[in-house]
Amino acid sequence: MEECEADRRPPRVKARTRRMAHLSLTIGALLLAGAPVEVCAQSAQQPAAQTKTIDIVLVREMIDRPPPLSLLDIPPTDEGVAGAKLAIADNNNTGRFLGQEFRLDIIESARADELVSEAEKRVAAGQHFLVLAVRPQTVLLLADALREKEALLFNAGAPDESLREEECRANVLHTSPSRAMLADALAQYLVWKQWRRWFLIVGQRPEDVAYADAVRRAAKRFGARIVEERAFPVETGSRRADGGHEQVQQQIPLFTQNAPAHDVVVVADESEQFGEYLPYRTWDPRPVVGTQGLTPTSWHPALEQWGGTQFQNRFRRSANRTMRPFDYDVWLAVRSIGEAATRRGSTTFADIEAYLRSAAFEVAGFKGQKLTFRDWNGQLRQPILIATPKLPVSVSPQPGFLHQFSVLDTLGVDRPETKCKAWERRI
Amino acid sequence: MMWLKSFLLMGASVVFATNAGAYTVFVSNEKDNTVSIIDSKTLAVTKTIKVGQRPRGITLAKDGQWLLICASDDNTVQVFDAKTLDFIKNLPSGPDPELFILHPKGNPLYIANEDDNIVTVVDIEKGSVLAEIPVGVEPEGMGVSPDGTILVNTSETTNMAHFIDTESNKTLDHVLVDARPRYAEFTPDGSQVWVSSEIGGTVSVIDVKTRKPVGKVSFQINGVNADAIQPVGIRITKDGKKAFVALGPANRVAVVDVATMKVERYLLVGQRVWQLAFTPDEKLLFTTNGTSNDVSVIDVEKLRVTKSVKVGRYPWGVVIAPF
Repeated sequence: MEECEADRRPPRVKARTRRMAHLSLTIGALLLAGAPVEVCAQSAQQPAAQTKTIDIVLVREMIDRPPPLSLLDIPPTDEGVAGAKLAIADNNNTGRFLGQEFRLDIIESARADELVSEAEKRVAAGQHFLVLAVRPQTVLLLADALREKEALLFNAGAPDESLREEECRANVLHTSPSRAMLADALAQYLVWKQWRRWFLIVGQRPEDVAYADAVRRAAKRFGARIVEERAFPVETGSRRADGGHEQVQQQIPLFTQNAPAHDVVVVADESEQFGEYLPYRTWDPRPVVGTQGLTPTSWHPALEQWGGTQFQNRFRRSANRTMRPFDYDVWLAVRSIGEAATRRGSTTFADIEAYLRSAAFEVAGFKGQKLTFRDWNGQLRQPILIATPKLPVSVSPQPGFLHQFSVLDTLGVDRPETKCKAWERRI
Repeated sequence: MMWLKSFLLMGASVVFATNAGAYTVFVSNEKDNTVSIIDSKTLAVTKTIKVGQRPRGITLAKDGQWLLICASDDNTVQVFDAKTLDFIKNLPSGPDPELFILHPKGNPLYIANEDDNIVTVVDIEKGSVLAEIPVGVEPEGMGVSPDGTILVNTSETTNMAHFIDTESNKTLDHVLVDARPRYAEFTPDGSQVWVSSEIGGTVSVIDVKTRKPVGKVSFQINGVNADAIQPVGIRITKDGKKAFVALGPANRVAVVDVATMKVERYLLVGQRVWQLAFTPDEKLLFTTNGTSNDVSVIDVEKLRVTKSVKVGRYPWGVVIAPF
């Protein structure tokens, strides 16, 4: 394959997304010509003897979510997809030296049953790796439908603890951090700061309640105290969160009045319905942390450490926007598959799967250390960033939190506590 | 009195100069777009010059007459007169030049374009691009064999050492190494190339003829978390006996016996040590310490860190002129 250098530029293509779209992004289509290049003479690469293809299917559940409070937080339509595309390009860049080609295929639907039947077809047709950007219950539907099949699933969106614990599945790996990992990362930072008295404010949606559970667990684990807990009702006509700064300015101080002495307000509002109203409006002048304010996150668009700058630049060039945590989680899943294929020097499913599950597997994720999968539930170990909207503030684990095997295991549910049974036989 | 004082100072420096030569040390400061110039004899910063944006790789050309700097965010390589420090010209570099190496004959210059997965080959006299060589994702490390026939580039996300024939500018081979390879250094006899892996925490030793790994250097430091041991810069002494490896956030430089590939000693330096440079007489080794904003000076014979010199923000690269 004699290619001009221009053909090797990162993709500048926008995704065409439609319902049940079937986008086969081969390297040729993906790596469209970028800026014109003066020199094109020396681009010939010896072609690898025979190029073999590895298909990766991104399964997207189109979920109707209420709009966030801030216009700045409206998710882009290609959230997650852009991360997958960059990882495919990264994988292909390595793959062309080894005769490996990675292709991205996208299944999209609002209906879980459609996603399941389509995923089954893909697996039957020889596509074995599925990256899931779906609701937690759909993760289980897909995992169970593909249970005895040659398929490996990567949960890159759902932070639910149950998917890694009671309801864990042996054919699912998780690249997105769990809620417990996020809450533990935040708790370590707060304890390091000596901000141990927490005023917890919880939304009403199930994911808010789950986040609050993780916060309570973290408080107990790291020696913090929840001095008060209040549920925040988001009701139309309550005039508390109906928008308009006059109402909010009056109502938030009232809502947060008369709380016992606390160092921080911890907010659990994953669906972004009221949390952004808390900073600068609470009765007592206290920092807001949790799902808003200072947040624990797998990625931040301003992270520059550990080669992050190049990674952010590459993403911005290919997606025309900054990288969001969800993009990063998907990128990690697709890169993990690529890394295993590279290291194992193979394109067959069994080889790649075995390598991913082996102790030898590690992947670099611009976080200053190698990332590995926990062999008791398939969760990727990773440092968690503690950040304000503009800048990373810190990275957990914090200094002083020790662990006999890996300090990264101070974040989330550890081996002795796990309730995951499905992975037991694999240890 | 003044006269006497300067006479004494001169006398002292003359005596000192017989022990170690006086050289000019150039340090690129990534975050404040400057180059600090240090006198290797007095170990004082004599001057700080303004350069392009995000200066990283730094080297000398034309027998030390030219100072070349990768101005990464300006997408260019800047050429300065190494003595007068006057700006001479920009060289075409391709986008985001990070690190480069000059052919032993003095031309061309091989530049790793970190954002664009290529190595750009530039004629430094004519200021023209001779070739672009496609390599892996985030190319960085650049080493050239002493006879100039083989160029090795490392790609940080592809995790390979790419062997390139400098005659044809074509890749010959791609050797997989541990995660995030940052630097490539040939042994003086040209038989081996040493490649550091920042996230893997190792240095791979590759036989140049067979292009197969023949060994690996691992590091272990009491009281330092293994994850913090992140090898980056490597320098090997002219006699081919000792390798010095900068270990990033482990804040140490490892001294490695080249023959056995075993670590002999760890030297405590500043924080996040990345790049290294010997004085031409190999008596001193300078290290860039990114997050403590200083360079450490190592006495190579005694294997002792003798001084730290404050420079600009995030010192990245270092090169030392023979004057």
